Amino acid sequence: MNTVDTESFPIFSESMTKTRRQFLRRAGGAVFSASSIAVLSGCGTYSTSASAETLSQDTKILNTAIAAEHEAIAAYQLGAESGLLTPEVLKVAVKFQGHHKEHVDALSAAVTGLGAEPVNPLASYAFPVDKLKQESDVLQFAAGLERGAVSAYAGAIPVFESKDLMAAAASILADEAMHWAILRNTLGLDPVPGAFFS
Amino acid sequence: MRQHKFNTYILATTILFSGISVASANGDAAAGQKVYKSCKGCHSLADNRTGPRHCGLLGRAAGTEEGFNFSSEMKNSGLVWDAETLDRFIAAPLEVVPGTTMGFAGIKDQTKRENLVAYLIKASQSKTACSAGGYKQADK
Repeated sequence: MNTVDTESFPIFSESMTKTRRQFLRRAGGAVFSASSIAVLSGCGTYSTSASAETLSQDTKILNTAIAAEHEAIAAYQLGAESGLLTPEVLKVAVKFQGHHKEHVDALSAAVTGLGAEPVNPLASYAFPVDKLKQESDVLQFAAGLERGAVSAYAGAIPVFESKDLMAAAASILADEAMHWAILRNTLGLDPVPGAFFS
Repeated sequence: MRQHKFNTYILATTILFSGISVASANGDAAAGQKVYKSCKGCHSLADNRTGPRHCGLLGRAAGTEEGFNFSSEMKNSGLVWDAETLDRFIAAPLEVVPGTTMGFAGIKDQTKRENLVAYLIKASQSKTACSAGGYKQADK
């Protein structure tokens, strides 16, 4: 098992390491708000002129989001079982995975509420298992997925017909942006690389 | 009849490759690689994920990539991926293929789009990227 502590990376100064540790400790201890689920309880709010096509389109977008969330859950599972994560980082990874599970639950409830079936996870994912050799590889992999998730939600929000779904997706986007920032910080990267996300 | 088929083939080939040259001339593939980050939530070059893989995209009929579960709307779109159809689709996916599962507002900025298409054309034909498998989502 090739366990590498983040502190061993020469690019991290002592003060940065301390800050990262504090950051991770706070992240691990935080309580995730269930506001996204509460927001989704109103997912049936559509104008009376909403067509079947409109409802169907929102359902498809939700199911695409669920598919991506399933992938994230599987990726964190891979990371958690890799043996490469220090206990402190593992705790945060499991917590983030729990958020993605909550996202699936909330999005699935919305799909069911629209009279459709939520998609199931894939039987397998083509993860770069052979390239994950140390903790930083796992963190980079996770950070890339979180960044991609932020992009996906940012692109999906404007095309929802339901404003409740827009709000729910924005709530999830904010959570995943926090994951991304924390993972970047742990990697010694600028956690907030710009004023705007693109 | 044979002449007609030959003419159709020549026409299709001309449109396909003229489209590529226009996009390649207009777009900056290196800049497009940065734009491609916004696709990585669902796509990768080598593997099917939430969205289909991009390797081998050029000249492929939409909705035909093996091993990916496309919507019936995409399968029946009649699109064949080239520089022009990619540009049009990326600008407004849900307008070009209503019912697609690609719930994405689109990229309205023409320069970004041209750069992305240039990158997609180049990267989707890269033997290195396409044979690697196991996508890596490096975040730098």
